[in-house]
Amino acid sequence: MSLAIKDDEIDVVIGALRSDLTSFMNEWRPMFSRFHLIIVKDPDLKEELKIPEGFNLDVYKKPDIDQVVGSSTAIIFSGYSCRYFGYLVSRKKYIISMDDDCLPARDNKGFLVDAVAQHITNLATPATPFFFNTLYDPFSEGVDFVRGYPFSLRSGVKCAFSCGLWLNLADHDAPTQALKPGQRNSRYVDAVITVPVRALVPVSGINIAFDREVVGPALLPALRLAGEGKFRWETMEDIWSGMCVKVVCDHLGLGVKTGLPYVWRNDRGDAIASLKKEWEGVKLMEEVVPFFQSVRLPREATTAEDCVFEVANAVKEQLGSRDPMFARAATAMLDWVKLWKSVGSSSSSPRV
Amino acid sequence: MAQPATISPTPLLKDELDIVIPTIRNLDFLEMWRPFFLPYHLIIVQDGDPSKTIKVPAGFDYELYNRNDINKILGPKASCISFKDSACRCFGYMVSKKKYIYTIDDDCFVAKDPSGKDINALEQHIKNLLSPSTPFFFNTLYDPYRAGADFVRGYPFSLREGVPTAVSHGLWLNIPDYDAPTQLVKPLERNTRYVDAIMTITKGTLFPMCGMNLAFNRELIGPAMYFGLMGDGQPIGRYDDMWAGWCTKVICDHLGLGVKSGLPYIWHSKASNPFVNLKKEYKGIYWQEELIPFFQSVTLPKDCSTVQKCYIELSKQVKEKLGKVDEYFNKLADAMVTWIEAWDELNPTGAKSAELFNAGK
Repeated sequence: MSLAIKDDEIDVVIGALRSDLTSFMNEWRPMFSRFHLIIVKDPDLKEELKIPEGFNLDVYKKPDIDQVVGSSTAIIFSGYSCRYFGYLVSRKKYIISMDDDCLPARDNKGFLVDAVAQHITNLATPATPFFFNTLYDPFSEGVDFVRGYPFSLRSGVKCAFSCGLWLNLADHDAPTQALKPGQRNSRYVDAVITVPVRALVPVSGINIAFDREVVGPALLPALRLAGEGKFRWETMEDIWSGMCVKVVCDHLGLGVKTGLPYVWRNDRGDAIASLKKEWEGVKLMEEVVPFFQSVRLPREATTAEDCVFEVANAVKEQLGSRDPMFARAATAMLDWVKLWKSVGSSSSSPRV
Repeated sequence: MAQPATISPTPLLKDELDIVIPTIRNLDFLEMWRPFFLPYHLIIVQDGDPSKTIKVPAGFDYELYNRNDINKILGPKASCISFKDSACRCFGYMVSKKKYIYTIDDDCFVAKDPSGKDINALEQHIKNLLSPSTPFFFNTLYDPYRAGADFVRGYPFSLREGVPTAVSHGLWLNIPDYDAPTQLVKPLERNTRYVDAIMTITKGTLFPMCGMNLAFNRELIGPAMYFGLMGDGQPIGRYDDMWAGWCTKVICDHLGLGVKSGLPYIWHSKASNPFVNLKKEYKGIYWQEELIPFFQSVTLPKDCSTVQKCYIELSKQVKEKLGKVDEYFNKLADAMVTWIEAWDELNPTGAKSAELFNAGK
């Protein structure tokens, strides 16, 4: 049932928001060393990147971004959004991406989790969005479809997106984190689950993987908070991007999985200080979710680019007037589609 | 990790919950459950030969109904209760006077969690039923109301109150609940994976509901838990809980109630004979292909504001759309109506239900 995904079909994309990547890269070395890496340096970062030897990688910095993208776009590739540049210039079929403050986690038996391998497994095996399997992922070892699961739905659909989780510092919003500063996620849930069709899910960008060929254009740097900062709870860009991905996948009959693998997230930041910045993001979700729940894409939209184009127009029409942030997001989405068509899908890599 | 300063203990609910157990052989399994079940009232539904005596282990407080009792109490309406199939258990739901029901099969035992501790399945079900569900938006950290969990970034605050939980669907270690074809292909597969999660099944999503380890709020959803016409004289078996689950989920979605699945685990000890199962399930396997699109596309009118109204409406649609698949569905649709009539008779709102119970028919 599973696809054979080769190592050379994969890019590991890391957005570098900190300059010293030494311990990050060394901790991930056993999992990363087989693959080609794309490291995109946050254009706002002043210091030089420190990257250990022994990796097959390409590094992109502000001048590269400026040269490839030009200044005519509304898209700002700074902060967490710098990784999207990596998605754009990659020429591989699959991308695995994680935040630079994450380390390999340990499972319930104490073994180090190879998050890369698990993401590959998730993408290589089908997803089952049309009917919930109570034993979770039926393509896992030692599991199957349960009694009552229709046979015609057992071949599943292609999994286009794999959303992993995090131990230790959980991805809570700032108010929750401020309220429960001591709470850490210590529960290792040994399951991979397909998110059902039409169900929306807050996709955290911390630890993801996707089929770039099929849904690449739907991962986009569009919703930028006015006070967006360098902590995850000061952003909403990945949540917005994830909603787009889910809507596009639902429309195109593709699957989204969540659950394993886990990564270990380092403690950092002060949630209370971030409250002011992220509060507007929290308010925005009240409009964002109903919007995405009601978006309907036309039958003629058969590619991710088509879908993103439609969603962008819907954003402009329905949300644009509510908040300038949405109007900017819509413009950024349309710019992204153009960029993807000109840069993202050409056959040669825009090496500078 | 630091535990919260005060964890309020889970209420026992011993006067608000009945345990319904269908059985055809014996209730020896109750010995293992004694520490957890003893405070509760049991409703035993004895299937098969009514002249046989089922021994209930000493000390349990119970009422027992065999086929003769069912016939006496329901009269002609007894036709809706299956014979020679664990579907007969739903009679127990109907005669119960409690707010919550837990139903369990007689080959299900106490499981152990990864730390080796015995799992009090009933306590977990109660926790699941007493905390809200979140069907409108999937939380990636699963049940946000559990100790040590919460809603993730991006989860709208307006949806964080959740909705009342109507159903808690538990799982099984050891013998997994597979259909016959899967059992035949993988006779040795055992479920050894303890997945430490409870999740709400999102609105609009159907699932296969297994009746082996199931709890529900009878007041919220009871009348939808009809386990259909199965077993003796029927063309199908082992789809009782499936049928109830699809009807229940559609109605829960319509009424804004939640369905959870996941913990607790029980230990399922007995693998039923796959050849016998195949014979029972055979028609179900291909009828299912029509049933699923039917349930996926069902819409209930806005004026269906009670479970009974939803269920009657569903029965009409079953007759209309599935009657042509097989005559069985016409019979089933009629039985669905009979079930609701019987339910309402035994559970009148306001009147003293005890009088009617004793009067029989």
